Amino acid sequence: MIQAILVFNNHGKPRLVRFYQRFPEEIQQQIVRETFHLVLKRDDNICNFLEGGSLIGGSDYKLIYRHYATLYFVFCVDSSESELGILDLIQVFVETLDKCFENVCELDLIFHMDKVHYILQEVVMGGMVLETNMNEIVAQMEAQNRLEKSENFPMTLHLSTR
Amino acid sequence: MALKMVKGSIDRMFDKNLQDLVRGIRNHKEDEAKYISQCIDEIKQELKQDNIAVKANAVCKLTYLQMLGYDISWAAFNIIEVMSASKFTFKRIGYLAASQCFHEGTDVIMLTTNQIRKDLSSPSQYDTGVALTGLSCFVTPDLARDLANDIMTLMSHTKPYIRKKAVLIMYKVFLKYPESLRPAFPRLKEKLEDPDPGVQSAAVNVICELARRNPKNYLSLAPLFFKLMTSSTNNWVLIKIIKLFGALTPLEPRLGKKLIEPLTNLIHSTSAMSLLYECVNTVIAVLISLSSGMPNHSASIQLCVQKLRILIEDSDQNLKYLGLLAMSKILRTHPKSVQSHKDLILQCLDDKDESIRLRALDLLYGMVSKKNLMEIVKRLMTHVDKAEGTTYRDELLTKIIDICSQSNYQYITNFEWYISILVELTRLEGTRHGHLIAAQMLDVAIRVKAIRKFAVSQMSMLLDSAHLVASSTQRNGICEVLYAAAWICGEFSEHLQEPHQTLEAMLRPKVTTLPGHIQAVYVQNVVKLYASILQQQEQAAEPEAAQEVTQLMVERLPQFVQSADLEVQERASCILQLVKHVQKLQGKGVPVAEEVSALFAGELNPVAPKAQKKVPVPEGLDLDAWINEPPSDSESEDEKPKAIFHDEEQRQARHRQPEVDEEELARRREARKQEQANNPFYIKSSPSPQKRYQDAPGVEHIPVVQIDLSVPLKVPGMPMSDQYVKLEEERRHRQRLEKDKKKRRKKKEKEKDKKGKHRRHSSLPTESDEDIAPAQQVDIVTEEMPENALPSDEDDKDPNDPYRALDIDLDKPLADSEKLPIQKHRNAETPKSPEKEDVPVVEKKSKKPKKKEKKHKEKEREKEKKEEKEKKAEDLDFWLSTTPPPATAPAPIPSTEELAVNAVTAPDNTCEGLRREEAEDENDEAEQDPERKSSRHKKKKHKKEKEERTKDKKKVKKKQPEPEEEAAGPVENGAAEEEPAPPMSSYCLLAENSYIKMTYDIQASLQKDSQVTVSVILENQSSSFLKNMELNVLDSLNAKMARPEGSSVHDGVPVPFQLPPGVSNEAQFVFTIQSIIMAQKLKGTLSFIAKDADGATHEKLDFRLHFSCSSYLVTTPCYSDAFAKLLESGDLSMSSIKVDGISMSFQNLLAKICFHHHFSVVERVDSCASMYSRSIQGHHVCLLVKKGEHSVSVDGKCSDSTLLSNLLEEMKATLAQC
Repeated sequence: MIQAILVFNNHGKPRLVRFYQRFPEEIQQQIVRETFHLVLKRDDNICNFLEGGSLIGGSDYKLIYRHYATLYFVFCVDSSESELGILDLIQVFVETLDKCFENVCELDLIFHMDKVHYILQEVVMGGMVLETNMNEIVAQMEAQNRLEKSENFPMTLHLSTR
Repeated sequence: MALKMVKGSIDRMFDKNLQDLVRGIRNHKEDEAKYISQCIDEIKQELKQDNIAVKANAVCKLTYLQMLGYDISWAAFNIIEVMSASKFTFKRIGYLAASQCFHEGTDVIMLTTNQIRKDLSSPSQYDTGVALTGLSCFVTPDLARDLANDIMTLMSHTKPYIRKKAVLIMYKVFLKYPESLRPAFPRLKEKLEDPDPGVQSAAVNVICELARRNPKNYLSLAPLFFKLMTSSTNNWVLIKIIKLFGALTPLEPRLGKKLIEPLTNLIHSTSAMSLLYECVNTVIAVLISLSSGMPNHSASIQLCVQKLRILIEDSDQNLKYLGLLAMSKILRTHPKSVQSHKDLILQCLDDKDESIRLRALDLLYGMVSKKNLMEIVKRLMTHVDKAEGTTYRDELLTKIIDICSQSNYQYITNFEWYISILVELTRLEGTRHGHLIAAQMLDVAIRVKAIRKFAVSQMSMLLDSAHLVASSTQRNGICEVLYAAAWICGEFSEHLQEPHQTLEAMLRPKVTTLPGHIQAVYVQNVVKLYASILQQQEQAAEPEAAQEVTQLMVERLPQFVQSADLEVQERASCILQLVKHVQKLQGKGVPVAEEVSALFAGELNPVAPKAQKKVPVPEGLDLDAWINEPPSDSESEDEKPKAIFHDEEQRQARHRQPEVDEEELARRREARKQEQANNPFYIKSSPSPQKRYQDAPGVEHIPVVQIDLSVPLKVPGMPMSDQYVKLEEERRHRQRLEKDKKKRRKKKEKEKDKKGKHRRHSSLPTESDEDIAPAQQVDIVTEEMPENALPSDEDDKDPNDPYRALDIDLDKPLADSEKLPIQKHRNAETPKSPEKEDVPVVEKKSKKPKKKEKKHKEKEREKEKKEEKEKKAEDLDFWLSTTPPPATAPAPIPSTEELAVNAVTAPDNTCEGLRREEAEDENDEAEQDPERKSSRHKKKKHKKEKEERTKDKKKVKKKQPEPEEEAAGPVENGAAEEEPAPPMSSYCLLAENSYIKMTYDIQASLQKDSQVTVSVILENQSSSFLKNMELNVLDSLNAKMARPEGSSVHDGVPVPFQLPPGVSNEAQFVFTIQSIIMAQKLKGTLSFIAKDADGATHEKLDFRLHFSCSSYLVTTPCYSDAFAKLLESGDLSMSSIKVDGISMSFQNLLAKICFHHHFSVVERVDSCASMYSRSIQGHHVCLLVKKGEHSVSVDGKCSDSTLLSNLLEEMKATLAQC
């Protein structure tokens, strides 16, 4: 199971916070902060796993993260997930973002947090991996965007970007 | 342009959308909080409007603010409003917000049930999808119960997009509403074979999650997963399945055996590192589970270790890390294979990545031996010096201590070395683990008697240089070692060289800056020292020196009497008075040493940490009973001012009665505090040590000089561990030389002619671990335990574990009452509970049969249940007992019946197993052996049984799930309760020579009426490689071996494998038997080529294959009514035997008959049992087994008298051994 998915930038500003277990908001923020400090200390050329997530769950949990340009993508998972598998999953997620936003950059995530959530919802559901095939994910996203457009309300102009 | 236009048109309704909000926040970096609170006010306004678009926009903004840490639960109702919007655009916003902030405590969540249900059944798949996704995040027990049925329906939706979401969310539903697991499980299982790979993957995912928590309930799915594993190409699915198998194998070692081959194939073939890694992991799990039973998997271990080495050597840090992680798993069971990679792991200690270094440290822990301990610790010590950052250094320190102290200091051969390591560690700056080092010093000094002298000398030096250790007392915990040092010097003062000097060191003024608890130990041990000095000096008849010491004590102790620490103060003043008294006596010339040292007479023994817990409660002592009646409340309040003792008593009372109201306790505590605050004589808790330190007179003038410790200190007289390493090496060398000398002397005597060889030999230091004798005659004192200590109690599982509720037996057929609740229109009348509805029906029915019959039926029912389970177990057994197919090619086998060696028929068997299982599921309770259900009479009965059973189930459901039986085949057949059956093996020796050992077992199956399968285990006992094995038998008229098509009756059947040295494997051969009423023997030969370094030889081994009559029997369950009918029918012939001198218990006896002769117990009453079995050709065999005092009589009835008498003879032979 995936316990949490956090995306934040090099300064620790959250860009996406998705918990699959209930934490009060202030604890969520604290977890984001502490996680940020944990990964910040680490060079880019050392391993992408961090043990002892005292924040969430305890010893069964691991932080698995990837660093892309200005953003950290951190998944907090338990031992039922394959470490390398999750690394691949992060890659799939980021590639999907890249496809949906066309050359994704941090600004896309900043201004379209809702859309990032919708994409994530097609990848992970309730803490379990839903789909790993990027084409399938993109196809579903596009279908939903079309549906939104067809509802033909002015608001779609901001919600469905580009 | 368009944006502007639109904005203009709705500007009045809302001014900001999400992007504007984000932009605004970015533009107000200085007063972000203020800006956001403004925005929230605006949002509140927007939420008040009727326009759903405005509301949705507001909720969308709230979701963003939630990410920034703002609580938005106040808008929960508005979120629900947006969720129920008809447009997908808004609905999605609403569900997203809900998934971010709803939880079980959200009170409005119950309002969502109907909306969600509506969305789930929406014609638009995306409405449904969005609802499922949202629900997966905030499902509550109520929602789960109310919606379980709707979601279950969606599992069969036409769109795979919905199916996979519905399947996944079921896991969340199970967690919140465990009752739904059993009804939903069959469908979930179905989804494992869904045509859509996404749905399949989701189902695998859910079942893996379930099975991870309660693996034993999912063992029966193993064949299905095995099939998936060999057929799926989706790496995600494969990884999940392989991980699942890793969880299942510990429960069923045979599964592991089956898995090894396909997994090894995958390891060889896959290019995906993630898959490779999981395969290796599961192979390791398999090997661990097999490690007791099968020693011959060295090839697999080697493969794993080899692959892991590649991972560790990879430049990718992730692979390196995982490699080390997996390596540590192997280490636990196969330390030898890991130890050879010590170089690699030590290298990892130098890695720049801390995670990798920590992993490597973990590995080192398991790799030490007597031989390499010193070397490894030395390496670690250099790392300690180099390490930056206290966390890693502390980790190193604890690891060093762990490594050295593991399993009762097993690997330490020289304790002087260890003590000096500990002393060296005390020079660490800023560690938190002073207490750890202290504990080790104490432990070693107390338990290793031989080392005390050395320890004391080291400790006294430490005390002498205490100013170094304690220089930065307040910042680090290293001063804790002084606690140990003081205690050791005091307790074992008889070993001190210069006690006087140590005494002075302990009485220095600087000591008062130490933490209180250390000072307290100082004070106490000063007296011990003092006592031993007195004794020495009195013996030496130096009364003046003795008086001097006393004088010193009298002068120095007052500094402790002034201590702010209560403990120190109390001890010091007490001791000061004592010493003053001694001084008086000394003045009179009275010898006092004897009496003072009597204070500390006797030895302290270490006590095991659990000792207290294990003291058995004496008979007749009820710890829960009141000793005195509990004092009433009013009383306690009235008397409070008086009594400290009374308070004590109350506390004790509280112990015995934990249910004293928490509130009440708090109130009392408050009252007491109040009272204490008003009491001028009450001494409040001491101020923080820091403060006290500053307040202490005189201390503040002492300048605290920071000593730079980065340069390794060489304190004069302090030992360096290296010194001891050298000494130890020398010692070992000497030891070795001596040994060699002895050996050589012996050898020389024997063979005087060959001289040259030895010299070379002895120069190679080849010593094994066991050769190294410890330096000191180490007597490690074991910890004391109370007499007749209670057996260790295992820690119970956490009762709050949410997954425990999902520990549900999934193999039991469903009862009607277990259906998921379906939402109906509300009726005016109150709904009846299902139990109420059913009860009268059952009563009506159960009134009819007489009481006796009822009882009888109950028994029957129990048996049925048991048999059902056994059947399941047998299915799995059957699947497991066949050898695995080669994973890559599940090749269809031409005419299996003809094929002699059916080592590769597993795919068919797998399918069969599945089919049978599925059939059972569909037929549910109607499922029963049709053969024995012919008469009408029975059908009726059966119907009743069914009803009773459902009723019974309901009861069972509420209780804990029944304890699972292990899938252990027919052994359990007779052995129902109590005692464990003795270990039994059906394999018996066929033939043996210096090359090979053959054991065999014969299995019959009901499917083929004239065939039996002979499984032969071939074990290579030699150092040669055995190949081209061929088995041949001389066919008789009655029994023939099945040979491959086209071969003649004189040809042998090749064994489909080769045997490397020390390896064993199993081959199966099929025989066709015509008449089974007589036992028979077939002569045969195994021919093979044995190849070793010197060449190859052709070898033969003759054997006689014994087909007993029992081997034609197939364990078949039988119900007592059918059994009775069979006996009544009268067309069975009868015979009986009696065996004397039986000592085995009846139950084990039955188990033995069941196991060796393939019977099943029909009914057992006291020491009498009826048993049934059936031959492959359909003969019924019924037995009545009665046990007397020391004898057993067996009456048998069978449709063939010859068969029966032969069987009974065989049974007699079996029983005679009991």
